[in-house]
Amino acid sequence: MIAEMLSYPFLVRALAGGILISLCAALLGVSLVLRRYSMIGDGLSHVSFGALSIAVAAGWAPLGVSVPVVVLAAFFLLRITENGKMKSDAAIAMISASSLAAGIVATSLTTGMTTDVSSYMFGSILAMSPGDVKLCAGLSAVVLVLFVFCYDRIFAVTFDESFARATGVNVSTYNILIAVLTAVTIVLGMQMMGAMMISSLIIFPALTSMRIFKSFRAVVWSSGIVAVVCFCMGMMASYTFSTPAGASVVLVDLGAFLLFGGIEKIRGLKKG
Amino acid sequence: MSALITCSHVDFGYEHHDAVVDLTMEVEEGDYLCVVGANGAGKSTLVKGLLGLLAPTGGTIQMADELKKTGIGYLPQQTAAQKDFPATVREVVLSGALSRRGRRFFYSGQEKEMAERAMERLGILDLKGRCFRELSGGQQQRVLIARALCAAGKMLILDEPVTGLDPQAIQDFYGFIKRLNREEGVAIIMVTHDVANMVGQADKILHLQQKVLFYGKAQDYRKTRAGREFLGVGEV
Repeated sequence: MIAEMLSYPFLVRALAGGILISLCAALLGVSLVLRRYSMIGDGLSHVSFGALSIAVAAGWAPLGVSVPVVVLAAFFLLRITENGKMKSDAAIAMISASSLAAGIVATSLTTGMTTDVSSYMFGSILAMSPGDVKLCAGLSAVVLVLFVFCYDRIFAVTFDESFARATGVNVSTYNILIAVLTAVTIVLGMQMMGAMMISSLIIFPALTSMRIFKSFRAVVWSSGIVAVVCFCMGMMASYTFSTPAGASVVLVDLGAFLLFGGIEKIRGLKKG
Repeated sequence: MSALITCSHVDFGYEHHDAVVDLTMEVEEGDYLCVVGANGAGKSTLVKGLLGLLAPTGGTIQMADELKKTGIGYLPQQTAAQKDFPATVREVVLSGALSRRGRRFFYSGQEKEMAERAMERLGILDLKGRCFRELSGGQQQRVLIARALCAAGKMLILDEPVTGLDPQAIQDFYGFIKRLNREEGVAIIMVTHDVANMVGQADKILHLQQKVLFYGKAQDYRKTRAGREFLGVGEV
């Protein structure tokens, strides 16, 4: 079956791009989830939907418009979360709904609901172009380099921002770096996974790994592996049962989460 | 005894208001200073200033050269997110050595050894493989102190360290801070609400209410009006 899947060039691209995106999302997700920034991923995916729909409606280059817009949104969301002036969950919900609305209105005023827009919403396996795969490769190279060489600083910033700041780590730079990389990951992954589901790639692997692993290093490794394995299984399920790719991957992620949760429960019972 | 930190007529402020006005004080080697005051009295601002995260708007802060080299160990207020953080005790303690490492990408054997020593000093070496979130509040505080000692051995700043600890853990905590101070000569600056306990612990008290209401020896604090009001005791 795998050989059969690999005979379709579009599926090979989807697999390659998807594996790279899942890996990036999972690694960045560990830091975001542990710092209670999970909602930022969700908010950014909606902003990304709005930006892409407007770009399509206006006939601009979709990625050229949405990457800068989403990066800006990431800065902004991080800022309100850090300042705590406004309740950040409320602010993010407001921004999400507004971007969705802007995207939908822009679309209906021009072309109507085209397949492009609906595929941004729910994802399309056909969305990965050869150029996108190259972008994914570049992105994951940056994320991997960051995690290998700045691992200890990422740990310090994730565990305790105030202490990291006091010991001379440039916390703001790391926050911005993580936010920008998350933004790019979301824009690239959204076309395949869908705006409604891309944030699951960020949140699920970290939450799943946290069930049973007790050190940060193990959680990071496990998140990367879980993300890639779940993505491949989801794609195979999607191919076998002709279900949408994004939704299938999310359901496999949920399955992994429940499995790990179950293992945690059984361990707890044995101990107690 | 030489001064580690000397503040003379220091002001700290944010855009439109002053948080701390005209603060003059000295922290010497092996000192145990307790900073008390109501909420919003400028305690946290002072901590930020001493850590070099906030520049004073007036006056000068002088740091001894040895302090500049090693920096100050810091125990921040605990955040909610840390309560369920998956990290081993060793990972947390080792992260304290980050500032010593400079631009290198990985920890050296020397830094790892230092983390071991810090864990030994606080009696948590047997916990080193355990998960931070599974420890009791008191054990978590010890881990964070060990991390701070990894960052700096001369001086610790503790920001509301006993919040959320049960009474027994609070007494244990004060006990080993006192030992660190007496036996190893680590200078301590502790910000706290728990004044009643501190009068018996610290050498010096600094009572802030934007301005300095009291700065001096702990035993004299009881005799002042500010001290009596804050401690809630009658005439002495």
